[in-house]
Amino acid sequence: MPAHAFFFYIFSLIAIVSAIMVTASKNTVHSVFFLILDFISISCLFILIGAEFLGMIMLIVYVGAVAVLFLFVVMMLNVAQQKNQWFGATSGGKHIPVGMIVSLIIFFELLIVIGGWKLKPDLTNDFINLSTSSVTNTHSIGNVLYTDYIHLFQLSGMILLVAMIGAIVLTFRRRSGLKRQSYIRQISREKSDGVELVNVKSKVGVKIDV
Amino acid sequence: MFDIGIGHYLTLGAVIFTIGVVGIFLNRKNVIVILMSIELILLAVNINLVSFSIFLNDLSGQIFTLFILTVAAAEAAIGLAIIVVYYRNSGTIRVEEIDNLKG
Repeated sequence: MPAHAFFFYIFSLIAIVSAIMVTASKNTVHSVFFLILDFISISCLFILIGAEFLGMIMLIVYVGAVAVLFLFVVMMLNVAQQKNQWFGATSGGKHIPVGMIVSLIIFFELLIVIGGWKLKPDLTNDFINLSTSSVTNTHSIGNVLYTDYIHLFQLSGMILLVAMIGAIVLTFRRRSGLKRQSYIRQISREKSDGVELVNVKSKVGVKIDV
Repeated sequence: MFDIGIGHYLTLGAVIFTIGVVGIFLNRKNVIVILMSIELILLAVNINLVSFSIFLNDLSGQIFTLFILTVAAAEAAIGLAIIVVYYRNSGTIRVEEIDNLKG
């Protein structure tokens, strides 16, 4: 089955080269770009090998959430600019060619996967002869995940909840000197707290405490 | 050569795993790249599990990959939060300048 070998070598070559570029790239933004390319190549491999659900989930979780989180942090911490200062590189606008290259490679990968499916729908059957049953990959994963592994599934949800709360608690910053509205103080305010009746003597006036 | 077996996928996983480990050791830049290397290592583990799962016709590997995915997402969120807090406190995330523990 030369088709399987062809696609495997293409995707694994892209994956390995982009993994090397993740660690070797001087600019952190480029590292994140190549990390995205790596994830997409590996998920294409997963889809080709027959694990479609995991391939799609990897696209959603890694590329959609984790890599974008990395990009946000890189942007927020201004690391890329620091890098330019350390290595004496040229000024900005360097991200654009690398981003174009990465997105073009991703586009052609998606073209290969989807076009291969359109062209020859039974292509995956040539690769691995396991899809003899009519049950899809997603269906069988759901059958196992919600029955045998239900406790672990709930536990992983708890892990995500703890991670979310932890990240919020870590990065939450209470600013001083900020005027906040306190509903309980507003509601529990009495007339005697706010208003004071004073007998004003003539020619003396009244002193107002602030 | 043209007969792709489980060995090819395991080799790919091993190569990416090694690149991730080397990336952690050789990194002299910032901590974010180290976190990305950890993601690469987890990705290599996922490749191994999925290829075993497919070639041995057992779904447990893919279920494990799902859980690894969950833990990787949680780890990335917590790690990036720690990095943000550290940057806010000390103004740098270069690897050489993070030496508060004098290790």
